[in-house]
Amino acid sequence: MEKRVKFKGWRLPMLLLLPQLVVTVVFFFYPAGQAVWQSMFISDPFGLKSQFVGLGNFEFLLADKFYRASFITTAIFSGLTTLVSMGAALYLAVLADRLIKGSGAYRTLLIWPYAVAPAVAGVLWLFMFNSRVGVVTWYLGLMGYDWNHVLNDNEAMGLVVVASSWGRISYNFLFFLAGLQAIPKSVIEAAAIDGAQFWTRFRTIVFPLLSPTTFFLLVVNIVYAFFETFGVIHTITSGGPQQATTILVYKVFSDGFVGQDLGSSAAQSVILLVIVGALTIFQFKFIERRVHY
Amino acid sequence: MLMNSLIMALGIALGKIVISLLSAFAIVYFNFPGRRFFFWMIFLTLMLPVEVRIVPTYQVIANFGMLNSYSGLIFPLIASATATFLFRQFFMTVPDELTEAARVDGARPMQFFWDILLPMSRTNIAALFVILFIYGWNQYLWPLLITTDPEMNTIVMGIKQMFPSGDDVADWPVIMATSILAMIPPIIIVISMQKLFIRGLVDSEK
Amino acid sequence: MATIKLGNLKKSFGKTEVIHGIDIDIDEGEFIVIVGPSGCGKSTMLRMVAGLETITSGEVQINGARVNELEPMDRNIAMVFQNYALYPHMCVFDNMAYGLKIAKMPKPEIAERVRAVAEMLELEEYLQRRPRELSGGQRQRVAMGRAIVRKPDVFLFDEPLSNLDAKLRVQMRLEIKELQRSLAVTTLYVTHDQVEAMTLADRMIVMNDGIADQIGAPLDVYENPATAFVAGFIGSPATNFFGADELTVSQNKALTAALNDAERAALDQPATMIGIRPEHLQICEPNGACLTLTVNYSEALGAETLIHGKLPKGTAITIRQNGRLPLPEGGQELSAVWSEHSVMVFEQNGRRV
Ligand SMILES: Nc1ncnc2c1ncn2[C@@H]1O[C@H](COP(=O)(O)OP(=O)(O)OP(=O)(O)O)[C@@H](O)[C@H]1O
Ligand SMILES: [Mg+2]
Repeated sequence: MEKRVKFKGWRLPMLLLLPQLVVTVVFFFYPAGQAVWQSMFISDPFGLKSQFVGLGNFEFLLADKFYRASFITTAIFSGLTTLVSMGAALYLAVLADRLIKGSGAYRTLLIWPYAVAPAVAGVLWLFMFNSRVGVVTWYLGLMGYDWNHVLNDNEAMGLVVVASSWGRISYNFLFFLAGLQAIPKSVIEAAAIDGAQFWTRFRTIVFPLLSPTTFFLLVVNIVYAFFETFGVIHTITSGGPQQATTILVYKVFSDGFVGQDLGSSAAQSVILLVIVGALTIFQFKFIERRVHY
Repeated sequence: MLMNSLIMALGIALGKIVISLLSAFAIVYFNFPGRRFFFWMIFLTLMLPVEVRIVPTYQVIANFGMLNSYSGLIFPLIASATATFLFRQFFMTVPDELTEAARVDGARPMQFFWDILLPMSRTNIAALFVILFIYGWNQYLWPLLITTDPEMNTIVMGIKQMFPSGDDVADWPVIMATSILAMIPPIIIVISMQKLFIRGLVDSEK
Repeated sequence: MATIKLGNLKKSFGKTEVIHGIDIDIDEGEFIVIVGPSGCGKSTMLRMVAGLETITSGEVQINGARVNELEPMDRNIAMVFQNYALYPHMCVFDNMAYGLKIAKMPKPEIAERVRAVAEMLELEEYLQRRPRELSGGQRQRVAMGRAIVRKPDVFLFDEPLSNLDAKLRVQMRLEIKELQRSLAVTTLYVTHDQVEAMTLADRMIVMNDGIADQIGAPLDVYENPATAFVAGFIGSPATNFFGADELTVSQNKALTAALNDAERAALDQPATMIGIRPEHLQICEPNGACLTLTVNYSEALGAETLIHGKLPKGTAITIRQNGRLPLPEGGQELSAVWSEHSVMVFEQNGRRV
C-alpha cells in the first residue's frame, strides 16, 4: 500500500525521521548489537578481562540443566497464562456480547484490571495468599489446606499464573468483544433459523470467524507472558522456590545483574531475541494475509 | 515517587507520540532514498520490548551517565515502533485528495502536517496517549535497574523496596496503601477515558 | 482569465503510457469538457494541468508561459475534486479561507472575500458548520466556493457531480454553468457523462484510451463525429453500426446515393463500417431500398420509443421514434429508412471517411 501523493525532497523527511532513528539506533540497535557481541565472550568476575569464546556461551547454556529447566518453566508458565487469560476473557466476552443492556457497565467493571501494573497485581495477590496475613490462605487453612507457595513449587507456579492472567483478562476481553461484535448478526441469525443451538452455533460459526482475533491474541499473550510478567514474578516469588518460577527473562535479569555473568546473560538475550523475532515475523505474515480477505 | 512515575509516564507518552508522528509523516508522505530501509529498521523494533536487551541497554545508559535520570528512564522505552505503526496506518487512510487539495491551496509539507494531518489525528493521539501513559506508569523492571537512588524510584517499583529483606514481618498496611496509590491514577484514566482507551488499544495492536 | 495550451502532452506510469500526446489551445474564459469512458486518462490529464501529476513529455502553458515545473499553487489554478476533499476538521469558512491564509492575505480581506463567495453560493448560513454537517449539494458548493475564493486563472473540475443524486446533479450543472459564465474563468471539466459534456461545454475533448479522438463544439461533435468511437460514445442510445456486406444490392445502391466519392470508394473495403444514429432511422412501408429488421422488443419511454431489433445477419439495430407512434411488437418484421445525409462511413481503424 502506498500513497499516490508524495511530497518532494529528502532533507525534510530525513530531518523528521532523525529523532526516531537516533533513539532506535542508540537504544535499540546498539544494545542489541552489544548483546550479540557480548554473547561471544566470557568475562572474569571482576569484569577486567574478557575472552572470546565464539558460540561457547550458547553451547554452555544449552547444556546447562538450569537453563533448560527455565525453558520448560517458561513454556509451562506462558502456556498456562495464555490459556487461562484467553479462556476467561472469551467466556466473559461471549456473555457480554449477549447482553443487550448494561454491557457498558459490564465492560467498565472488566477493564480496570488492565490499568494495574503487573508488579502491583503481584503484590495484591501476594497479600491475599500471604502465609501470615493472607485471606485466602486463612480460608484454605480453615478447609484444612495448608497453602505455602514459598515452599511448594506447584503452588508458586499457580499463584504467578493467576496473578499474571488476571490483569490480562481485560485486554483479551476487549479484543474478543470487538471481534464478536464485528461478526454480522445476520450470519448468526441464519444459523439460528437453521436450528443450530447456541453451543453448536458458537463452535461452528462464531469461533471460526473469531479465529483471526484468537490467533492475534495468542501471539501477543505469549509475548506478554515472556516479558511483561517479570514484575509479577519478581514481587511474588523472586523466581523461587528453587528456580521453580524462573522464566527466561527472569534468568537474564538474575544472571546478568545479580550474578554478573554478562556473557551468559547476553547469550540468553540473543536467544530471546530470536524467539520473539520469529513470533513477530509469523505475526506479520499472518497480518499480511489477513489484509487480503 | 508519584512525581517520578508521573514524569516518566508523561515523558514516554509525549516523547513517543512526537517522534512517531514525525517519522510516520516522513515515511508515508515522502519518497526519498533509503525510505524502505529506514522503514524496516524502525519496524523491526515493533515487538521487541526492552526486557530482551536489558543488560546491554543498561550498560549503554550507564556509559552515558544516565543512571538515575529521567532521560535514562524514558528514552529506552521510546525506542519502539508501535506508535509509529499506528500513525502510519492512520495516515494511510487519509484520502489522497485532501493532500492534493492542500497542495492546490499552496500548503507546504509542514503546513499540511500542522494544519490538516495533526488536527485530523487528534482522537488517535489522545487514544494513544492513554495507552502509553499506562504503559509508562506500569513499568517495573527498567526503573528497578536504573534507579538506585531512592529519590528517583517510581511508585510501582518502590513497592517492592518496602518488603523487608530477611525474615522481618512485612508492613502490610503501608505496602497496601502504596499499592493502591500506584493503582489509582491509571485506573482513573482507563475508566474515565474508556472510549478513547479501547480505541487506542484495539487500533494500536491491529 | 487565462489561455491554456497543451502541446503533445504525454504521461507514462512506469512503462505504460496512458496519455499519448494531447494538443489543444484553449481561449480565455472557455469551458472545456473532457469526456470519455472510465480509465481513458481524463483525470490524469487534468491532474497534469493542475501540477499534481508530473508531465512525462510535452508541455503545459498557462497564459503563454510554460508551467511544467511549477507547484500547483504557483500555477494559479483551483480544483474541485470528485469527493470534494473538504478538510473535515475545519468549518466551511476555514475551508474556503485556508488557501488565502497560506498566501498570507490580511484577515479582513479574507473575511470579505469568503463572505462574498458564500453569498454568491448561498452558503452564508453554514459558514460555521463542519463539512459532515452539510448535505451533499452543500458540500459540493463549499468545494466550489473554495475554488472561487482564490480568484484563480483556471478552474479544474474532476467529476464534481458524480456523487450527487440525479435531480441535484441537474441543478448543480446549471449552477456551475451560470457561475462559469458570470466569472468567465477558463475551465477544464472532467466527466464521463455525455449529457453533462453536451450541456456544459463550449468545446469538448472526447478521449479514447489516452488519445483525444475529437475536439470540438458539442453539436459539431454530435453531427460530425470524427471516429466510430466518438459516434458511439456521444449520443444516446448509441449509433448503430453495421457492415456494407449486410446490405442487399438495392439497399446498397440507395444508401450510397447520398455519399461522396471517397465514402463510396471506402465501402468497397471489407472492414468498413456504416453508422446511422437511432434518431435518423424511421419506420416505413416495405420497399427494396429500406433496411429490414426483426423487432426484439420495444421500450416506451413516454416522449419517445426505442425499438430494438436486428438485421437479417444478426447485427443489433435501435430506432428511436416519437412516443405517439404505434408500438411494434417483438418478432414483427419492419422496414426502416434513414434520413438523408445521416449515413456515416468509418474505415477499419475507426476514422471517419
Ligand atoms: N498512479 C498510477 N499508477 C499507475 N497507473 C495509473 C495511475 N493512475 C492512473 N493510472 C492508469 O492510468 C489510466 C488513466 O487513469 P485515469 O484516472 O486518468 O482515468 P479516468 O479517465 O479519470 O477514469 P475514471 O472515469 O474512472 O475516473 C488508467 O488505466 C489507470 O489505471
Ligand atoms: Mg477519473
